[in-house]
Amino acid sequence: MQVRVANVSKNYAGMAALSDVSLTVGSGELVALLGPSGSGKTTLLRTIAGLESPDSGVVYFDDRDASESRIQDRGVGFVFQHYALFRHMRVMDNIAFGLRARRKSKPKDGDIKKRVMELLDLVQLSGLEKRFPSQLSGGQRQRVALARALAIEPRVLLLDEPFGALDARVRKDLRRWLREIHERTGHTTLFVTHDQEEALELADRVVVMNRGQIEQSATPDEIYDTPATPFVFSFIGESSVIPVTIGNGRATLDERVIDLEIGRLPDGPAQLFLRPEDVAMVTDGGPGIPGLVVSTRRIGGMRRVTMECGLARHRIEFDASAELAIQNSQRVQVRIVGGRVYGAGQEGYATEKLAASATADFKWARAEGWLDR
Amino acid sequence: MSSNAAQKNRQKQAIGEGPITRAILIALALAFLGVMLIAPLLVVFIEAFGRGVGVFFDSLTSPHTMSALQLTLLVAAIAVPANLVFGVAAAWAIAKFDFRGKAFLLTLIDLPFAVSPVVSGLVFVLLFGANSALGPWLDANNIKILFAVPGIVLATIFITFPFIARELIPLMQQQGSSEEEAAVSLGAGGWRTFFLVTLPNVKWGLLYGVLLCNARAMGEFGAVSVVSGHIRGQTNTLPLHIEILYHDNKAAAAFAVASLLALLALVTLAVKSILEARFAGSLAAQRRH
Repeated sequence: MQVRVANVSKNYAGMAALSDVSLTVGSGELVALLGPSGSGKTTLLRTIAGLESPDSGVVYFDDRDASESRIQDRGVGFVFQHYALFRHMRVMDNIAFGLRARRKSKPKDGDIKKRVMELLDLVQLSGLEKRFPSQLSGGQRQRVALARALAIEPRVLLLDEPFGALDARVRKDLRRWLREIHERTGHTTLFVTHDQEEALELADRVVVMNRGQIEQSATPDEIYDTPATPFVFSFIGESSVIPVTIGNGRATLDERVIDLEIGRLPDGPAQLFLRPEDVAMVTDGGPGIPGLVVSTRRIGGMRRVTMECGLARHRIEFDASAELAIQNSQRVQVRIVGGRVYGAGQEGYATEKLAASATADFKWARAEGWLDR
Repeated sequence: MSSNAAQKNRQKQAIGEGPITRAILIALALAFLGVMLIAPLLVVFIEAFGRGVGVFFDSLTSPHTMSALQLTLLVAAIAVPANLVFGVAAAWAIAKFDFRGKAFLLTLIDLPFAVSPVVSGLVFVLLFGANSALGPWLDANNIKILFAVPGIVLATIFITFPFIARELIPLMQQQGSSEEEAAVSLGAGGWRTFFLVTLPNVKWGLLYGVLLCNARAMGEFGAVSVVSGHIRGQTNTLPLHIEILYHDNKAAAAFAVASLLALLALVTLAVKSILEARFAGSLAAQRRH
């Protein structure tokens, strides 16, 4: 079933949790709502479930206004962050709860039992049906919560930070397993997470949220490769930010220190975003941006170097070969081989991807007093 | 296991005091308990049997005592269920919903704890007395509230109002409402959610609140004293009856009845302890979860 959120706003005590959010989730799609705490992602999920009512705007299930039906009749399977299992009920009664609560076409006891056993099998918990939630591990509880939500054959499956409280290994296993279940059952699924890795790995589409608004809604590849806003760029993956000034198709820092050809962006202040792989250390004596190393740390086979450049000592992170001995306070030169500039645009941001050759005709100042401090 | 225990012991010593300090502290606590709690209780029973078992049972079976006992049980039988309903409703509203005036409602619930029982009783006199606005109307319609059973019941309900609500509110707040939300999203209606999810989660707290409420309902003196009128055989509850007997210089009889009341309290405490011991596991599990 398709879920469509149209211009939904929601305020808590004067604070906007959601402001004018619109989103369409296609039937059978697996979508991640990704954002930092307080970005409104959980509020959006709860609004879709009907656990919160929007101040304005409408949630449509297919083409029906979902607010016309009670929460009980929405057919939403909701998995809570801390599972919210009924603590005084055994696992089987937890899973059967939704089936027993049905008014119309309430299944017979035998059928309920059969269905519960099927679901237990699906979530790989057969044999634990007589346990109480307190006798299960976190991962097992999470799977019971999912089975309970699936029992009502929901039209939409909503998961709030489904793996948030689990340790890293269990989380990885459950992630893969959730993907399998999604492919087998084909429910339209939305899940909330603050873990970008989880979102990028699991979802068909990632919706990045910040301050109650959607920053970008795109496939994991697009989110990583063409982040629409500075926020998305800095939230996904590692990044360095350098404020630059744009004029005559070039971006400069401190007039000379960085001088890049950036294509068409309006003149004025802008931000240069670099991922570690967008910066290469110059080892052949060619031109480069000069800087001072302030720290290094080992990451796998590479060395992550942080250097400072410019009068305001902006930090740039890049990876160098682990074989190169790089000390703190050492002078290095780097070349920018990628990255993205965000300038003021008509609708939020205009952005240009830097060409790999941006620093090919690099001209830079000799007298950098700041380097000799 | 044993090395574990040894380590625990060492830890205890590290954060604890020396043996002498410990002994002094324990002795102090026990002495205080003995003087303030156990001795008075013993005195009640010793005095009760002071003039022999015959006097004791005569006092207990006298018509006035019997009617006071009946009235006390009747009042408790009305006040406790009433406060059960009020308390659960108030706790549910406060713990699970947000609304304007929530803090005010919480303060109101605490009012009977803060106000002296005598004042609580006087409030009812001012409200329903002959000189009040309602007084003439009540008189004209021949409705007796003051110096009659309804007044006693009202005063008792007022005094015992906070017990159940106060027991439930922190418990419900701590549990949050996500289980209820889960139940609703699974298709359960309001009543089903309440009886299958909310109530089972607070049943021990509720039982505890009911026990405390009952103990206070049977033992309340101040407020009831103001509104009852002390009519023997009609509006005398056990505590009032004890006072009257005592002032009539019938100390043995007074203590005999007092021992009955003390016994009721002890039974309440015993039931509570048994429940706690019996269900310690599930209580702990509820808190932990």
